[in-house]
Amino acid sequence: MDFDFTQEEQAFRAEVRDFLAENLPPPAERGRGFMSEWLQKVRDKRWVGFSWPEEYGGGAGSLTEQAILKEEMALARAPALGTSFMGLAWVGPGIIQYGTDEQKQRFIPDILDSKVNWCTGYSEPNHGSDLAAIQTKAERVGDHYVVNGQKIWTTGAPWADWIILLTRTEFEVERKHDGITCLLVPMDTPGIEVRPIENMAGDSNFAEVFFTDVQVPVENRLGEEGKGWAVTISALANERSSIGEVTQMFAKLESLKNLVRTTTRQGRPASDDPSVRRRIGEFEAKIAAMKYNGLRYLTKQLRGEPLSSETSVNKLHRASLEIEMDDFAVELTGLAGVQLPGGDEAVDGGRWARSSLGWPGVVIGGGTPNIQRNIIAERILGLPKD
Amino acid sequence: MDFGFSEEQNLLREQVSRFMTDACPLSVVRAQNGGFPDELWRQAADLGWLALIVPEAHGGLGLKWIDLAVVLEESGRGLSPLPILSQALAATAIGRCSGDDVKSEWLPQIATGDVVFGVGLYDDPTWIDPKGVGLEGGETLTGAKPFVSDATRATHLLLATRNRERLGLAIVDAGDVTLKAQPGIDRTKPFASVSLDRVKPLAAFAMSTADLAYLTDCGAVAVTLEAIGAAEATMALTTEYAKTRIQFDNPIGKYQGVKHRLADMFIDIESFKSLAYYAAWAVDDAPEELPRAASLAKAYAADAFARIGIDGVGLHGAIGFTAEYDAQLYLKRSKWVRSAFGDADYHYQRAAALGGL
Ligand SMILES: Cc1cc2nc3c(=O)[nH]c(=O)nc-3n(C[C@H](O)[C@H](O)[C@H](O)COP(=O)(O)OP(=O)(O)OC[C@H]3O[C@@H](n4cnc5c(N)ncnc54)[C@H](O)[C@@H]3O)c2cc1C
Repeated sequence: MDFDFTQEEQAFRAEVRDFLAENLPPPAERGRGFMSEWLQKVRDKRWVGFSWPEEYGGGAGSLTEQAILKEEMALARAPALGTSFMGLAWVGPGIIQYGTDEQKQRFIPDILDSKVNWCTGYSEPNHGSDLAAIQTKAERVGDHYVVNGQKIWTTGAPWADWIILLTRTEFEVERKHDGITCLLVPMDTPGIEVRPIENMAGDSNFAEVFFTDVQVPVENRLGEEGKGWAVTISALANERSSIGEVTQMFAKLESLKNLVRTTTRQGRPASDDPSVRRRIGEFEAKIAAMKYNGLRYLTKQLRGEPLSSETSVNKLHRASLEIEMDDFAVELTGLAGVQLPGGDEAVDGGRWARSSLGWPGVVIGGGTPNIQRNIIAERILGLPKD
Repeated sequence: MDFGFSEEQNLLREQVSRFMTDACPLSVVRAQNGGFPDELWRQAADLGWLALIVPEAHGGLGLKWIDLAVVLEESGRGLSPLPILSQALAATAIGRCSGDDVKSEWLPQIATGDVVFGVGLYDDPTWIDPKGVGLEGGETLTGAKPFVSDATRATHLLLATRNRERLGLAIVDAGDVTLKAQPGIDRTKPFASVSLDRVKPLAAFAMSTADLAYLTDCGAVAVTLEAIGAAEATMALTTEYAKTRIQFDNPIGKYQGVKHRLADMFIDIESFKSLAYYAAWAVDDAPEELPRAASLAKAYAADAFARIGIDGVGLHGAIGFTAEYDAQLYLKRSKWVRSAFGDADYHYQRAAALGGL
């Protein structure tokens, strides 16, 4: 066991730090052109799509280098490396793994250059956790598929240019995972209607998406017909590694500690309160566990050992921390804590109150905690399904 | 021993429940922004709910907090925007702390609903520190009260003041102060900051530290009673959904991950309900027991309802996250309940202290 990095890895970390020192001014000093310049600079470094093969414009970074890059970026609270979030997170990797050469040429550069926004059309009104049972129908007619059906909870649909869409091409199948086909569809195709849905925090980021006789050319199919489930699985597996998240959560813990230091309860600093201190310790233990879990899983991958579903452990920690840290801050600060941005007494500008209404994105969005527990119980422990 | 409600109390419960379903459903609740329809306030007054705990000598019904408990519980079930809690707290405070002249002037108007009270006790956001009362008392009042409940639609405000170590209460005309509504997570529990510039109180009287503690306990009990209804509504909504939502070919309620969480909700609600009923009884019939009873009830309810609020949304999946769906309204209430009149941390520590530690 050795927690030190090799010389090359340390050199890479130094390179990232130097770059950040030179190119990342403090938030207050960032002018109007900053974001587009930033995107261009990190693109030139080939840090966008850092894990992707060089021939498609990626950086061919090793797994460890990827982890270092993510960690340093998060430590510096740097903006994202690209704005095509889902494109970078899983659509791009899916296309690299399953796409034709022509598809790679066509889609990858635009994702890397933040030119095209993708959204993910998996969930349906009747099929969320049970994703493999989706019913949106795609019927082959000549050199097109004709799509009819409905998706829901599609994050980013109101402004996305493209959707990665899970459809069913076969209904008479033995296993529901068969007969699923993945299509890449421009959102301005006739027959697509988007209806935004407002969430409890007052945002309308996700939407219902309706498909009525939508024509999709066969060349927009990703992977083989009827084998779309494999594409989906790989996309889900490509959900970003947790290392950058861990760094962000450590940063959030620091903000929480600052809050504790400056809050008074019953005339005494909250930081003197044993129950407060205990909670802070618990948060740190969970985040640190996520960090070292992540490093252990990374090591497994580096050694070429198969990863099972261990990553669900970190997803569950992340879900509970996502709820508990905000709620802790809100509870600690009482009636000031429940004030939203704009309130005279709002704590830290109301950020805790506001983000305490945002957890479902993390907790439900990527598969619910119950489903993560089922995955651990069934796939790792071998327990029977219910 | 008879730890059950009387026939009158059960009829009262039915009456409030019918009112909430027919006149004040969640569609009406959602349409409010820090206020309430006058018509509903009138009806509540006509039905006698504002007069319940006001003594008969002052135009009230002379009943007790355990009768009011039924009203608060059913109001909470439907997240009623009517400030019945603040009105009751004002009645209790005036009845306990003021002299006969103040009582004769104000209690009858409280009972008829002709005045609507907003209440501002603590200026400390955690609502537990008597030292956190900052507004200086006197002939005229100048200063600020950052957290005044139900102030935006009130005709009058009951504000705690201090002169060195001596606490007091002042009744001021809401028209004499500058009010600023504050954006809170739970819109059904509106708060405002109030600033006063040489405002002459319409009445002012002393309040002891023990009085303040008693009023805080009444508030904590009231919040907990409302939380019973709200938590039960969350459980009912989620249970119904679990019976009808199909995933993997079964209703999700068939899976233990869902089923056991709902059973846990039931266990918790049953339990803080019993604690809260006992505390509500203690308000009038065993005030010496009130501090401990109120702390145990409020602490248990605050933590349990917070969990229930989250699971109410979470067990629905994504639909629970939508603005249109009602589960989120209860989640938001649970966040307010946590902080109102002392959080669980404070109340558990207080219970331990009262228990001899
Ligand atoms: C903010 C947000 C963003 C999202 N973005 C997207 C997106 O961009 N694209 C997309 O396709 N989808 C998206 N989703 C949808 C998300 O993937 C689904 O919400 C999720 O898979 C759960 O499905 P559901 O909402 O239908 O809940 P359901 O599957 O109906 O689940 C309801 C409840 O039942 C429980 N449950 C279900 N089955 C079991 C079981 N076998 N055992 C125990 N418990 C069970 C669940 O844990 C949950 O608590 C998003 C969701 C959210 C909240």
